[in-house]
Amino acid sequence: MTVLVYLDHEGGAIRQASRSAIAAASKLGDVDVLVTGPDAAAAAKSAAAIPGVKKVVQVTDTTGNSELAEPVASLLADLAAGYTHILAASSATAKNILPRTAALLDVQPIPDIVAINDADTFVRPIYAGSALATVKSADAKKIITVRASSFEPVASEGGNATIEEVALPAGPGGSTFIATELSKSERPELESARVVVSGGNGMLNEENFKLLEPLADRLGAAIGASRAAVDKGFVSNEYQVGQTGKIVAPELYIAMGISGQIQHLAGMKDSKVIVAVNKDPEAPIFQVADYGIVGDLFTILPQLEAELDKAG
Amino acid sequence: MKVLVPVKRVIDYNIKPRVKADGSGVETAGVKMSMNPFDEIAVEEAVRLKEKGVVSEIIAVSIGEAKAQDTLRTAMAMGADRSILVETDVVTEPLSVAKVLKALVEKEKPDLIILGKQAIDDDMNATGQMLAGLLGRPQATFASKVEVADGAVTVMREIDGGSQTVKLALPAIITADLRLNEPRYASLPNIMKARKKPMEKITPADLGVDMTPRLSVVSVAEPPERKAGIKLDSAAELVSRLRNEAKVI
Amino acid sequence: MSETPRETMEFDVVIVGGGPSGLAAAIRLRQVAPDASVCLIEKGSEIGAHILSGAVIEPRALEELLPHWREEGAPLNTPVTEEQMLYLTQKGSLEIPFLDRVMPHMNNHGNHIVSLGDFCRWLASRAEELGVEIYPGFAGAEVLVDDSGRVTGVATGDMGIGRDGQPGDNYAPGMELRAKYTLFAEGCRGSLTKQVTAMYNLRKGVDPQTYGLGIKELWEIPKEMHRPGLVQHSFGWPLDDRTYGGAWMYHFGDNLVSYGFVTGLDYPNTWLSPFDEMQRVKLHPAFRPYFEGGRRIAYGARALSEGGIQSIPRLTFPGGALIGDTAGFLNVPKIKGTHTAMKSGMLAAEAVAEALATDRVEPGSYTRRIRDSWLWTELRSVRNIRPAFAKFGMKGGALYSGMDAMLLRGRAPWTLHTRHSDNEVLEPASISEKISYPKPDGKITFDRLSSVFLSNTNHEEDQPVHLKVRNMSLWKTVNWDVFRAPESRYCPAAVYEVADEATDPHLQINAQNCVHCKTCDIKDPAQNIDWVTPEGAGGPNYPGGM
Ligand SMILES: Cc1cc2nc3c(=O)[nH]c(=O)nc-3n(C[C@H](O)[C@H](O)[C@H](O)COP(=O)(O)OP(=O)(O)OC[C@H]3O[C@@H](n4cnc5c(N)ncnc54)[C@H](O)[C@@H]3O)c2cc1C
Ligand SMILES: Cc1cc2nc3c(=O)[nH]c(=O)nc-3n(C[C@H](O)[C@H](O)[C@H](O)COP(=O)(O)OP(=O)(O)OC[C@H]3O[C@@H](n4cnc5c(N)ncnc54)[C@H](O)[C@@H]3O)c2cc1C
Ligand SMILES: Cc1cc2nc3c(=O)[nH]c(=O)nc-3n(C[C@H](O)[C@H](O)[C@H](O)COP(=O)(O)OP(=O)(O)OC[C@H]3O[C@@H](n4cnc5c(N)ncnc54)[C@H](O)[C@@H]3O)c2cc1C
Ligand code: SF4
Repeated sequence: MTVLVYLDHEGGAIRQASRSAIAAASKLGDVDVLVTGPDAAAAAKSAAAIPGVKKVVQVTDTTGNSELAEPVASLLADLAAGYTHILAASSATAKNILPRTAALLDVQPIPDIVAINDADTFVRPIYAGSALATVKSADAKKIITVRASSFEPVASEGGNATIEEVALPAGPGGSTFIATELSKSERPELESARVVVSGGNGMLNEENFKLLEPLADRLGAAIGASRAAVDKGFVSNEYQVGQTGKIVAPELYIAMGISGQIQHLAGMKDSKVIVAVNKDPEAPIFQVADYGIVGDLFTILPQLEAELDKAG
Repeated sequence: MKVLVPVKRVIDYNIKPRVKADGSGVETAGVKMSMNPFDEIAVEEAVRLKEKGVVSEIIAVSIGEAKAQDTLRTAMAMGADRSILVETDVVTEPLSVAKVLKALVEKEKPDLIILGKQAIDDDMNATGQMLAGLLGRPQATFASKVEVADGAVTVMREIDGGSQTVKLALPAIITADLRLNEPRYASLPNIMKARKKPMEKITPADLGVDMTPRLSVVSVAEPPERKAGIKLDSAAELVSRLRNEAKVI
Repeated sequence: MSETPRETMEFDVVIVGGGPSGLAAAIRLRQVAPDASVCLIEKGSEIGAHILSGAVIEPRALEELLPHWREEGAPLNTPVTEEQMLYLTQKGSLEIPFLDRVMPHMNNHGNHIVSLGDFCRWLASRAEELGVEIYPGFAGAEVLVDDSGRVTGVATGDMGIGRDGQPGDNYAPGMELRAKYTLFAEGCRGSLTKQVTAMYNLRKGVDPQTYGLGIKELWEIPKEMHRPGLVQHSFGWPLDDRTYGGAWMYHFGDNLVSYGFVTGLDYPNTWLSPFDEMQRVKLHPAFRPYFEGGRRIAYGARALSEGGIQSIPRLTFPGGALIGDTAGFLNVPKIKGTHTAMKSGMLAAEAVAEALATDRVEPGSYTRRIRDSWLWTELRSVRNIRPAFAKFGMKGGALYSGMDAMLLRGRAPWTLHTRHSDNEVLEPASISEKISYPKPDGKITFDRLSSVFLSNTNHEEDQPVHLKVRNMSLWKTVNWDVFRAPESRYCPAAVYEVADEATDPHLQINAQNCVHCKTCDIKDPAQNIDWVTPEGAGGPNYPGGM
């Protein structure tokens, strides 16, 4: 079995999430990869260095068409003949393209898998992660996106794959790429941030809540809040994390002065690593935290910043 | 200009889904169902286009069991002019739904099809893209802004870390993201009026679509519970653990 | 506020509330007056969403309303097969022997254990088949009255009003539902009923209504422990002799157990917490084994009327009537109000049909129909039991009720009266004995917030607080200084919290949590809290099985 993995890259550097997708693909068979875009040549070079990759398909395009789902979906459908599975890391780009490819191949896609049971059977979250469904596909080819956090990424160096250049098909036409605008805000958005620093009732007031900013700056984190903090007016309600606020699943979630009521947990319990600082050793947040510190957050917060500074 | 809006009946987003004790699925008996929230946004966008005079007719469609009528009534109360129920008791999948929609598009010839970006039950995020693929028409997923002018639609789409703008020739497929608009309430007077709007009932067979699912559910389970981790004594230890053990900073 | 004029729709009859009484009235109306247009509104997001009950139901009224209920698939699937009344001491329990003779009202032969929510969903589909227009998600917020003083319908609340009271972007004005006759079927302590009662002075000359608070959990338990058809009630521990109440446990359906605890809201000890009483009784050896290895599925709470016949107000007024538990038709010793609610709705429907035909202002024959029915006989025979508990305490009350049943057979020539409203009997914190409750273990017992989570409660956040404190300074001088914030203990949903207790105690209201039980409206010592309807569809979303 050979598997094709569509890779996301940024200016030629392969995203870590895509290396997780390669890790998932390796469980299914030999791995070829596809890179597209104006920097495809650079990306192909990086991709060829990833251990376990047999062949890189490189599609250089400077017209902007590789930003569009239509031609890329057609490309994948054209390439599909040689593969049993087509994979990509779950990203806005892959979600735009892969289902379209699936339609062209008369296949029902399998999005967001978190585990592979065998070549036909996969586990994926449904109902926003409230349940895990094990599903078996009856399609001859599988089209799959992968939750990166569930698969340890392969290394980025050590491999030596061949590179093959292929042209981008025209696709059905009708759509034109106009522009991409990356958000320049200093703080990442809450729902897509890699790190979230959240404050609760324990922050006591609006003034103190601002103390979280330097920490967030150091970690490149978004700021979140519990409902108690929002209700008391420390921050506005777009910061609220939880059942009735935003649902987040960052790699690192730091809860400062948050008790961890179930309604708050509903919004962050899928975070990869949870850190809690709370002066009450019985606070329910400690039942879900990977690392906890029992103590006064106003003492620990400056210490934490100092430690981060120290380590660089 | 005609718009088709597919709407799905799902477990209400306020309800915490419960996995059945026998692991065969999620309990839906007696559970409150509502229109998929992204589909409300899709309907709202269509209604706003109609209010702007761009659109003349909005058709809501749902594929599913007879109760999906309620969802169609809600769509009509929000402003859809008529609706089509494609009635089936078979489990629907994006592929089969897209095939049904393709057949309806060929029949109704809408200029725009606005879907939700994802249904909050199965979280597939696929139907719109698949419909576009089957029709060979352009697509703009995860729309946060839609403008129709001169036979084309310009869409701002949400992508990771920012936004992208594309221009599509009509007919085209759009899927709605959260920030596209804030949907209106279906007001009581409008709900009453919606009772009198036309609803057509057909079956997938009438459209020649085979609904046999390609995915079968082996089991459904609750995600493993998180376990309590360890308590640390100092900020220094925390930073070192985060760096060397968890590798998240 | 509403610059946009409200739209209006005319009906023959508008029914406010989609519980058993409202739905039975709607069905009966279309049966006896098929041409009458009938509209029913329900504040829950769907029929059943706000229905919380035991429930063991007596099919008597159903039999009269829909004789073919079995063939039509009414969800009455678990007949009662066995029943026990337990007197609890802290560690032990005593089963009351010869239950059917000592407490004949507890005899459940021929009754069924149901989810009342599911039953209402079924009734609603029957009503719709008969042409009733049902609109869930809309609360009756205002009573419409014409110049002659006749109730002419209700208006639904505005939607999209912000917390600051100003209309927001998605503002939609309420609608006027006009009707020749309006039936209030709001269940215990209806908010519009409260207005109508004041307007027409309906409570003149009757005893104050008294109430209980029922807090319920739905469990799925291991099959080995499930005994479908088993009905258990308890009294005694953990309540003291001055406090009425007890637990219930009903086994039904697919390994489901309805468990709950009713506390009489005439309890005097301000430190008492009905929620924690309910939690700790689960740990009693009589109940605990059933919960081991089980999983809690849902949670909720609702007040019930306990005043009985002495407390039933005048039932009709120009343009309408009160039906069901909002009028107080609950058989207290039986803890059953479904069959009586339905019967009252059916009788009101018949009276309204007659009034429609003769164009009368008040559906006056309703009162006579009630008095001539089995409903009245039934309620009369049990009228002294609950007041006896208030008068003689729990043990004395139990003795009295045994005597009443065996010797007098409910035909005592005297009637015991309730003199005080529930809010008047609370005793100051300084003289009340503190109660220490066990900490939740997270397996069998739980805290309030993780419980509310299982009621699927939600309210649109950006709306005015629907728990209106008339006078905040009164809260400080009465609720805090004298009673130490009893609302923080009796509210089963942690809506009321005391903030800055040590420095500047003030009341924080988490209105979003409210499960619409109405207890604060009843028990607040100074009657300083008004429960008004929040934006439609807000509140709990009790799942099937509740
Ligand atoms: C329907 C509904 C929806 C809800 N939705 C949400 C939601 O979306 N998001 C949400 O967050 N909540 C939600 N809630 C509310 C939730 O139940 C909790 O009330 C809320 O999360 C509590 O916030 P908190 O932990 O900040 O406050 P608290 O529970 O007051 O906890 C504060 C914590 O800070 C600690 N602390 C205080 N001072 C210090 C100090 N100096 N140093 C260290 N620790 C300190 C305390 O020990 C305590 O544990 C909802 C509730 C309901 C009923
Ligand atoms: C593991 C698994 C378990 C399943 N279990 C069940 C089950 O228990 N019961 C059941 O009924 N189905 C079940 N299904 C099928 C499920 O309903 C389909 O997957 C669904 O129709 C399409 O997925 P989605 O809604 O996530 O599509 P998405 O692609 O996420 O939906 C996007 C948009 O497509 C439109 N759309 C999608 N479906 C419809 C529709 N039916 N009518 C109108 N518009 C629509 C909406 O605009 C929606 O916003 C299951 C599927 C899987 C994979
Ligand atoms: C804990 C508990 C246990 C019980 N156990 C039993 C039992 O085992 N057997 C039995 O027979 N009875 C039992 N009862 C009593 C029984 O549940 C009630 O008597 C019965 O539900 C009353 O019916 P109803 O229609 O009058 O009111 P409800 O059932 O309370 O219904 C009223 C409906 O009106 C709606 N509503 C209220 N106000 C408005 C408004 N302003 N606008 C729109 N809608 C509104 C409510 O949301 C609700 O859906 C129990 C009650 C409780 C609380
Ligand atoms: S606020 Fe009042 S009505 Fe709401 S749950 Fe609490 S006590 Fe009951």
